[in-house]
Amino acid sequence: MSVKQEHIRNFCIIAHIDHGKSTLADRLLEHTGALSEREMEAQVLDTMDLEKERGITIKLQAVRLKYQALDGQEYLLNIIDTPGHVDFTYEVSRSLAACEGALLVVDASQGIEAQTLANVYLALEHDLEIIPVINKIDLPSAEPEQIKKEIEDVIGLDTSNAVAASAKTGEGIAEILEQIVNKVPPPQGDVKAPLKALIFDSHYDAYKGVVSYIRVMTGAVKKGMNIRMMATGTEFEVSEVGVFRPALTEVAELQAGEVGFISSGIKDVKDCRVGDTITTVERPVAAALSGYRQATPVVFCGLYPVDTVDYDNLRDALDKLNLNDASLIYEPETSDALGFGFRCGFLGLLHMEIIQERLEREYNLTIITTAPSVVYHVFTTDGARQQIENPSKMPDAGKIDHIKEPYVQATVMVPKDFVGAVMELCQQRRGTFKNMEYLGLTRVMLNYELPLSEIIFDFFDQLKSRTKGYASLDYEISEYRQSTLVKMDILLNNESLDALSCIIHRDKAYYRGRALLAKLRELITRHQFEIPIQAAIGNKIIARETVRALRKDVTAKCYGGDISRKRKLLEKQKEGKKRMKQVGSVEVPQEAFMAVLNIGEEQ
Amino acid sequence: MTLITYMRIVILVIKITNMGIALYVHIPFCVQKCRYCDFVSYNYSPDLAQAYLKALEQEMLFYASSELVSNKKINTVFIGGGTPTVLATVELERLLVILKTYFSWSKETEVTVEANPGTLCKQKLTVLKNAGVNRLSLGVQACQSNLLALLGRVHNYDQAVQAVEWARQAGFDNLNLDLIFAIPHQTIKEWQESLTLLADLQPEHLSCYDLQLEDNTPLSVAVEQGKLLACSEESALAMYQETIAFLTGKGYSHYEISNFSKPGYQSEHNLCYWHNKQYLGLGLAAHSYINSTRWANTGNLEQYITKVSKEFLPVDERHQLTTSEMMSETVFMGLRLINGLQLDDFSSRFNCRVTDVWSEQINKLMKQGLLAMTATHLKLTKKGLPLANVVFREFV
Repeated sequence: MSVKQEHIRNFCIIAHIDHGKSTLADRLLEHTGALSEREMEAQVLDTMDLEKERGITIKLQAVRLKYQALDGQEYLLNIIDTPGHVDFTYEVSRSLAACEGALLVVDASQGIEAQTLANVYLALEHDLEIIPVINKIDLPSAEPEQIKKEIEDVIGLDTSNAVAASAKTGEGIAEILEQIVNKVPPPQGDVKAPLKALIFDSHYDAYKGVVSYIRVMTGAVKKGMNIRMMATGTEFEVSEVGVFRPALTEVAELQAGEVGFISSGIKDVKDCRVGDTITTVERPVAAALSGYRQATPVVFCGLYPVDTVDYDNLRDALDKLNLNDASLIYEPETSDALGFGFRCGFLGLLHMEIIQERLEREYNLTIITTAPSVVYHVFTTDGARQQIENPSKMPDAGKIDHIKEPYVQATVMVPKDFVGAVMELCQQRRGTFKNMEYLGLTRVMLNYELPLSEIIFDFFDQLKSRTKGYASLDYEISEYRQSTLVKMDILLNNESLDALSCIIHRDKAYYRGRALLAKLRELITRHQFEIPIQAAIGNKIIARETVRALRKDVTAKCYGGDISRKRKLLEKQKEGKKRMKQVGSVEVPQEAFMAVLNIGEEQ
Repeated sequence: MTLITYMRIVILVIKITNMGIALYVHIPFCVQKCRYCDFVSYNYSPDLAQAYLKALEQEMLFYASSELVSNKKINTVFIGGGTPTVLATVELERLLVILKTYFSWSKETEVTVEANPGTLCKQKLTVLKNAGVNRLSLGVQACQSNLLALLGRVHNYDQAVQAVEWARQAGFDNLNLDLIFAIPHQTIKEWQESLTLLADLQPEHLSCYDLQLEDNTPLSVAVEQGKLLACSEESALAMYQETIAFLTGKGYSHYEISNFSKPGYQSEHNLCYWHNKQYLGLGLAAHSYINSTRWANTGNLEQYITKVSKEFLPVDERHQLTTSEMMSETVFMGLRLINGLQLDDFSSRFNCRVTDVWSEQINKLMKQGLLAMTATHLKLTKKGLPLANVVFREFV
């Protein structure tokens, strides 16, 4: 039996990494008895090992709670967890579209961070009722009044009723639940109208096929219905309808206003895209929900197996990851140096790192990742435009008229003492200053326009290290702009190593070339012959280093019969070699292909 | 396990058990620890030495009465350290008496004692000789006072010359001198000088080791802190090549990576390691290898004494080798010999040829000019010698 709409509240939680979102969600589950304390494994909503380790949410999750409010009525609360990273802004916007309200969780000693602000603006665009929660008030450094003022100044939200909470101690949890019931409006939508439901996430289940997470806007969905995905046009029969408790639990139907899942034997997540609208085949709605777009990867890199026999395993692993992650795109490519592999596109650097780590951990593959690249628009002299996402595919300099690269609008929030450091970094990274705003007395918001390629070159780590970890960054892709870019090739042992080619700004070529070679010289182990490494732009060599030949590697002493120690030492050294890629006659370690990311800034 | 594999193992065990063993005894005391040394050693005191010898005797008792050792022939005896000769003459005498109580060997058996030239006197040497020691290994290391001081040695060159003279007078006709090259700040000229001076003393055997900077030793710390400049790879290589050229010119045969001998004077005991044969190690931190098991005694003196006194074996680690580990060790130890690994020996031990196991690796290394194959041996080439570890890694 479905619950009346006035007893449903759909909301999400907006918070910066580490501001306690997952712990708060756990507390809400616990308080409403959705899980006994015994069942609580720390942070239920982050289910992947990686998420738990890094304390970040990658995949969306949803959970349904029953809450007995002070007014004596029972309410159904649906929490939709949102990823807190800039790479997943689109996913966030879709989960916001499935809600009527949002908890804005701000750390009582840290204040609003850049990504939180971006997500709050998104929530306001969706007309969500926002309930400010000042979390971690149990910390000695908590300054709830100052944080409230910051929220009022920066976002313009009334914080007179903001909840002071501690997800750790449980303080404020009851108050939060009451405010959700009293402030977040119940969903609306005609239960009798044709079905219109929003897909805000999906996951692949080996038995059920694709499980789509949906919010029903109008109408109702039940088992046996024939449904159509409006963007892709594919049609399916619903085989199961259910809710998250948090385990998937079958129900008879989901009506307008409710959040739950459907499965329909869909084998490919691509047929069930986040943001798409579900309707019925027999009685379709006229127009889909707005806001759907296909996720476009902005960062590309090559993935190659260290051992060529792993190529098929790598493809299988990517296929499997793709089942759960439609935004991952990949196609086969060949590198002269690395052999057969894949060019993969990601939503951002974090997304890339996650995929890379999962391939190594969950699929036990040893892979080489080439340095990430953005998508360049290359206009050739014959008037054509090419999209280049692999630097080694760049046309000859003579054929290029001009190149455009993607820019972002970046927002950095930082304590005012670090403004100078941030500005210096942005300047070094070819940034254009847009404006600066004080958030209260101590913090500053800086806006810059920056080339995306500069952001993916270690920008975030640099930002963190120059601001002692205090800065937060958010960015949004804005437009393509013309830049003076050149392709830098790296020659190893006099042969061009295509996987190390990169596209950089002409003014930075000398410095980056020299720094990259110095790094490579450190990373490449010595061989029995001397290995020259050169950086070249076109035919011009701009830097050169040499890896000296290994002439002596012998252990004289006998270890007094401790032959096991000797064997283990040799084995350990050999293990290191397994992670190397044979390129011509040179063995190149994995790290070398990413070296360009860690060369730092010219001082 | 298939029947054939099982039979192979049975044959293997029988072969090994019939081979006899080498005996190693560790004396973990020194006057002071050398600055490059990462072996277990304690400052000598008569009380400690007494307790230790007692414990050693107890340990010998275990093994002498165990089947593992009791019916095996003792091929060689080696008393090493530390500094065995830091022991007083009576203590050394007692050590040899105990040894002979529990183990017996023939007159021809090589019995070596390691000695520091700063701890010897004529009488001590005579006692050793009379107790059946027939080979003396003297740690001379260098001839220059500055280098000896840098190494933290307690003796000077004159004492080394004196020790050789006394040893000869005591009747030692099998003498080894240990030398170290590639010492920080050592010049090739100093090394040539050492080689010349020591060859003039006419030892039967010379071991020339290049200095290994082991982690956390005072010497390696000094190098890390930039207080000392490590020898460059180029000069270490030049010194090594000079060693080979000079000593072979003086009639020594270069028979192992770091070892040289007059004809008939190869170190029998060390050959046992290089041929990957069995040995029993007694004493603190000593290693053993019997019946395809390797084990190591604890390196903690107090623990060693307590355990043994409570009639526990003082063993810390024990590892049963797999056949493939045994094969690996046989190859990389065998390749240390200049003649190389005996192909027949390998085949009869493992019932397969070394080329069956590592054909790809052997071909690659031969193409690189690091390995060579003769009718009877697989061996390092002249080019492969200083790159031995590159070769060995292919076999693990």
